[in-house]
Amino acid sequence: MQTATYPTLDLAQIRADFPILDQLVNGRPLVYFDNAATTQKPRAVLDALAHYYEHDNANIHRGIHALAERATSAFEASRKAVQSFLNAREAEEIIFTYGTTDAINLVAKTYGRTFLGKGDEILISTMEHHSNIVPWQMLCEERGCVLKVIPINDEGELLLDEYEKLLTERTKIVSVVHVSNALGTINPVKYLIDKAHAVGAVVLIDGAQATTHIEIDVQALDCDFYVFSAHKLFGPTGMGVLYGKRALLETMPPWRGGGEMIKEVTFEKTTYNDIPYKFEAGTPNIADVIAVRNALEYVNTLGKDTIAAHEHELLTYATDALQTIDGLRIIGQAKEKVSVISFVLDGIHHEDTGVILDQQGIAVRTGHHCCQPLMRRLGIAGTTRASFSVYNTTDEIDRLVKGLQRVKTMMA
Amino acid sequence: MTINEKQDEIIEEFDLFDDQLDKTQYIIDLGKKLPPLPDYLHVDANLIPGCQSKVWLNSELKADTVHFEADAEPTAQISRGLVSLLIRVLSDQKPEDVANADLYFIDRIGLSNLVTSRRAGGMASMIQRMKSFANENAL
Repeated sequence: MQTATYPTLDLAQIRADFPILDQLVNGRPLVYFDNAATTQKPRAVLDALAHYYEHDNANIHRGIHALAERATSAFEASRKAVQSFLNAREAEEIIFTYGTTDAINLVAKTYGRTFLGKGDEILISTMEHHSNIVPWQMLCEERGCVLKVIPINDEGELLLDEYEKLLTERTKIVSVVHVSNALGTINPVKYLIDKAHAVGAVVLIDGAQATTHIEIDVQALDCDFYVFSAHKLFGPTGMGVLYGKRALLETMPPWRGGGEMIKEVTFEKTTYNDIPYKFEAGTPNIADVIAVRNALEYVNTLGKDTIAAHEHELLTYATDALQTIDGLRIIGQAKEKVSVISFVLDGIHHEDTGVILDQQGIAVRTGHHCCQPLMRRLGIAGTTRASFSVYNTTDEIDRLVKGLQRVKTMMA
Repeated sequence: MTINEKQDEIIEEFDLFDDQLDKTQYIIDLGKKLPPLPDYLHVDANLIPGCQSKVWLNSELKADTVHFEADAEPTAQISRGLVSLLIRVLSDQKPEDVANADLYFIDRIGLSNLVTSRRAGGMASMIQRMKSFANENAL
């Protein structure tokens, strides 16, 4: 295995931390390049899940017994860990959700329904995932608001001049992806936030693809909402985070009603709990929330800078290597990119590419990546996407290149 | 040849290959040989829903058999190959035989993993459309 030039990153050790990587797929060692869809989980996360169910399982917050105490304290420790990971001012600003999609829906259904009306404008971008399009379209249908879209250039970068033109006093929400899942583009979110605030809009940043690659400081960004999913950050599925500024969260009505989110219930009237519990109705995803702390600790131990440096090396290596393949065109050539490479092969359907790579043990994603409007803008039906994580190696990229050459030979 | 005889023939052909990649190569080669549909049959009514790539199926009753022709977009070679296998097995057979066919060859030649997941949606829809056309025309 070829090690990168980062002495602090022991790739063999890191790979050993992820037991799933050590397997054969279709008779060949697995190459997992579908990290933008979900990352694999380190042993520490798997152990935390098992430990919880073996030792601490209990319903949280209202239990009087020892197990409930332990479960509650681990659950709340995760909230503090997320707070620190995002550098939020207080732990109460961290709401646990089922994922990024759920978090965006929460904001649309509470903040959106309360504060947006006819003619108000919501601004998103061309490169949004469907989960940052559809909740706003639903809100527009319900409230008569208008959805506006920031255009992009052919490299896959936002047109900032156009963005500024679209911002008016009617703009109430700007909801933009931090890092594009389909192209890897890193958007200049601090700039977008400052400009939006200047016209009085609130800003939601979809951080689903950003949290593994980029240091997130919600106070420095000054975003109003920041959302992400744990499963793209070495954590469990079904668990996500909504960060919101206290002042905003307090003005927002609850979304789901049920246990935990109440102060007092009578048949005449119910009063609601304080944040964050106001937004966490029902028994939450306790084990997965608890295990998120282990995922964050894993990232912190490796160090985001170290992870980013390794991923950047993989991106550069792969970009150079893939460009040696005749007829391969990289889609998304932004100056600022994370380790995601989308590409098309002339005359070959992306699904065929994916199938033949899979038969060689290489997992990539093919299709529109839940970004149909973006694909339409780029004039393509879909791409093949290889996305790299901290445990990937340049040797694996060599396997991808060979795999793609095989695809071309088979299709010729 | 009956539907099952054709299935058995295909199974025998695929038995020559040990490696999944060789099977896929064979499917791609079948796809390359699939004659394209005439343009006037490339209509939305013939489009199979659920396919990642565009697949058109034209169904006709010819004498006492159902006749199928299909096409997929030229870059989607694996889809074209799968389509050609389905046509080979089900076309020019009696409607009731098509309607009741048990397509065991898909599993036996190890295609189920190709026909699974997202692609399955499309292939399953194609089989369903062939069968329902046969069913409508069964005695």
